[in-house]
Amino acid sequence: MAVAAEPRAAARSPADDAGFKKELVQLIPHLRAFARTLCGDATAADDLAQDAMLKAWDARASFQMGTNMKAWTFMILRNQFYSEKRRSWRQSQLDQEAAERTLVAVDDPEAPVALDELRQGLAMLPAEQREALILVGAGGFAYEEAAEICNCAVGTVKSRVSRARRALHAILEGGQYDRDGAAASDAMRSILADADRLSSVR
Amino acid sequence: MIEQRPSPERRKASAALDEARLRQQAIGVRLRQMFDEVVNEDVPEEFLEILRRADERSQGKS
Repeated sequence: MAVAAEPRAAARSPADDAGFKKELVQLIPHLRAFARTLCGDATAADDLAQDAMLKAWDARASFQMGTNMKAWTFMILRNQFYSEKRRSWRQSQLDQEAAERTLVAVDDPEAPVALDELRQGLAMLPAEQREALILVGAGGFAYEEAAEICNCAVGTVKSRVSRARRALHAILEGGQYDRDGAAASDAMRSILADADRLSSVR
Repeated sequence: MIEQRPSPERRKASAALDEARLRQQAIGVRLRQMFDEVVNEDVPEEFLEILRRADERSQGKS
């Protein structure tokens, strides 16, 4: 008999598991994207996302259907990331370098130059600011949800996001990122071109 | 809408504010774009395989 018996296993039906699994599968792309922002390296990110997915599956008895499963799985992934990090703190240095190269491992010649700079700019932010900005600015989470995921106060998330936005803006505009020979203003010019397009659409 | 006539200084300040806002907005668009690029990638088969095996294991247990 298994020592780690699931406490509520008896209450779970195969239908519960099937429903949970279906929802979990739909979240995989988002878990991969979030992991990529944390790890940088695409392979390490997928390992992390797979671990988180399995952890979520194993813990399914403790998840309340109908509550926010995306936030719940992101929290698992984040915890997993930081517990692994504690075991190998040296990794953070590598992460930083990898993040600068491969936050998105796609080389689209059509993609404007600023995407590359944005990646580098993000890599320069403190980890806590970066994750807050990613969750709120890209992951579509409310401040309250991001606070839950990061296990901190809502006000803390808000200030991290706003600091991250300001820092990123300054980095992109000031050209503090490290890119051999590229003009500092290229990124901002390209972003402004976007801004023009945005304003003409609206 | 009612036409307002702000002073030149005021207009300049609000233009700068608008520009800052637009820049932030553009950064936000980029950020989502970057995240969505990964979201829109095909999920490696491995993920589904791992989940399938885990599901089988738990069914075998019960």
